[in-house]
Amino acid sequence: MTTQSAQDLVGRGNREGAALFRDWFEELDATARNGGQSAYVFVMGSINEILKTFDLPVVFPEINSLQTAVRRVAHEYLEEAEDYGYSPDICGYVKADVGMQLRGGEHPMGQIPVPSMSVLTNACNTYIKWAEIWERMYDTPTFTIDIPGTRQSGTQTWQGDSDFEADRKYVETQLRELITLCEEVTGKKFDIDKFRQVLTYANTMSRCWKRVLELNASKPSLFNALTDGTIFLGVANGFRGTQEGAEYFERLAEEMEYKAANGIGQAIEEQYRLLFVGVPCYPIFRRFNELFTDWGGSFVNSTYLWFASGGTNRGFEYDLADPVASLAEGVLISVRDAMDSMFHQSEVLSDMARDFDVDGVIYHPIKSCRTVSTGLADGRRHLTAESGIPSLFIESDMMDRRVVSEAQMKNRIDAFFEGLASRRLAAGVQG
Amino acid sequence: MSYAAGVDVGSTQTKAVIIDEHRNIVGRSLLDTGANVVKAAESSYVAALKQGNIDEEEVEYVVGTGYGRYRVTFGNTQVTEISCHGRGAVHLFPNTKTVVDMGGQDTKAIAVSPEGEINDFCMNDKCAAGTGRFLGAAAAALDIPIDELGPVSLRSTKPIKISTTCTVFAESEVLAWLGKGKKIEDILWGVHQSIASRSAGLMRRVGIHDEITFTGGVSRNLGMVKALEERLGKKLNISEECHYMGALGAALFAHDHVMTGRAPASSSMEVTS
Repeated sequence: MTTQSAQDLVGRGNREGAALFRDWFEELDATARNGGQSAYVFVMGSINEILKTFDLPVVFPEINSLQTAVRRVAHEYLEEAEDYGYSPDICGYVKADVGMQLRGGEHPMGQIPVPSMSVLTNACNTYIKWAEIWERMYDTPTFTIDIPGTRQSGTQTWQGDSDFEADRKYVETQLRELITLCEEVTGKKFDIDKFRQVLTYANTMSRCWKRVLELNASKPSLFNALTDGTIFLGVANGFRGTQEGAEYFERLAEEMEYKAANGIGQAIEEQYRLLFVGVPCYPIFRRFNELFTDWGGSFVNSTYLWFASGGTNRGFEYDLADPVASLAEGVLISVRDAMDSMFHQSEVLSDMARDFDVDGVIYHPIKSCRTVSTGLADGRRHLTAESGIPSLFIESDMMDRRVVSEAQMKNRIDAFFEGLASRRLAAGVQG
Repeated sequence: MSYAAGVDVGSTQTKAVIIDEHRNIVGRSLLDTGANVVKAAESSYVAALKQGNIDEEEVEYVVGTGYGRYRVTFGNTQVTEISCHGRGAVHLFPNTKTVVDMGGQDTKAIAVSPEGEINDFCMNDKCAAGTGRFLGAAAAALDIPIDELGPVSLRSTKPIKISTTCTVFAESEVLAWLGKGKKIEDILWGVHQSIASRSAGLMRRVGIHDEITFTGGVSRNLGMVKALEERLGKKLNISEECHYMGALGAALFAHDHVMTGRAPASSSMEVTS
């Protein structure tokens, strides 16, 4: 590989991810202005594979909302929803979306189309109430897929088990109902060959996504799971089941393989390897990360990259011979994993801490999201008791700047690193 | 003789401590922080030098701590007050396992190692409930000097249960109880119990292990000492130096540098908002 091509390769995933992201919102803007159809979906189980088969542009309201925070205008949308009657304690994603709907789809990245239908899973209870808002606003159908979750910790059933097969069939029945609904909404017949092509692209994405995440166990780590990882995540969701998405992830995996083979890490000198647990602090997204990188702290993995990719981090690949049945299997395994990555998190984190040789775990509970934040205090205690790995608990929000105090946050983060540094010094380990 | 100094710029008060080569306190000062944080740090440092009859040139290293630590413009580096309170507490009371620091706008529970390293810590969230500011609100409502809050509260015979945890609402609840004819000492003891309850909650998060050292400005309040001891069912370590613990810890980190040439781990990045 020449020097020039190596330079092109390193950082390519971020550049191409950002470009694809803009393309996606341009498509949504055009759809909105042309009065075209769209489907509203969520990150924990978008079922993009079916929707893309019907050529339905997908809108992820969670991503729309977080973009208002990253672009520092979330407060305008939150206040609009609160003026309408929503409490400050309601999920900030919901409120920013309500604010945007009240503004007729006006969003900093372009016009957002109204939904022709919405598809959701039970991975988050708020999804269900959220979709009802659109149902009332636009009189469009909502389709809720009930994913059987894990009944008890550590008792997941797998292929070949009769309980698993019963659950898979239950999901398959629902997916077939969704196909019928899509036919009604779009007026198109379900095209099984096109569906297989979509699944093929999705398979490539899942396989490469899993590999990209695994490669970040490299020393030094190859990408920042909090900042770079969120760019990858945007493509993983918005372009799932598309040719662009498949090509992007193949090229991303190629970049990471190259970086791993050549020992090319992040821009900072990695002093401390960290795991991130929760949802990012989008109101001060870059700054939040800098509070860690200033100490040489880098995020090598993040639970966000698991559950917010709908569990596709597992790398499940569909069997094209029996595509609907296999989609049900994949959805069951992946979405269940997205839920489990929150519900039985400490065991997974313990393994991850070992495999990625991390120095600390950063828990970031947020006011807006009970689903993600409820078990974190307990999970942290459990992890500490099991592994003794140092951890930090910092509370803020994913959307609401009013409850993000940078000074308080920095104080806690600095104290955490001071502790890590003194422990390392006492242990006689060089950083 | 060479010296080391720590300057703790808190939200309410600024403290400076100077120690000698044997880690004895030879100068200290305490000033209200006020609006000019840089000036408060300088004035406090100068006052401590003066008290110890020490020339500034004799001080080899200065560590800033507290929320205003980046405003200690003459300091060599910064360390958080969390690390400083832990370090100072173990220096003064070597068997300390848990530190509770109650200051003007925050309360911290800190679990420390025998060497004074931070094992874990927990602080109050964004609001000032359970901090010195909560006491200040009660003092304002009752028109009593802060220093008298503790002694007056200890005269209570029928404590009132304060239900609010909000510092803003505390004032109106205090006034409501006054309106009902309740005695000031009973209301005040209720206020102290309310703060002790919230502080104990923070301490439970990091684990409450003997010995416990009480630091920060509120540690001078004997009513709060009693309320916390009753709540925890344990005796607390307190001393006159506890108010200066952040500055003392900072001075001890500075002393490390004087003796070993090793600077404490530090972030140079300031808060932008």
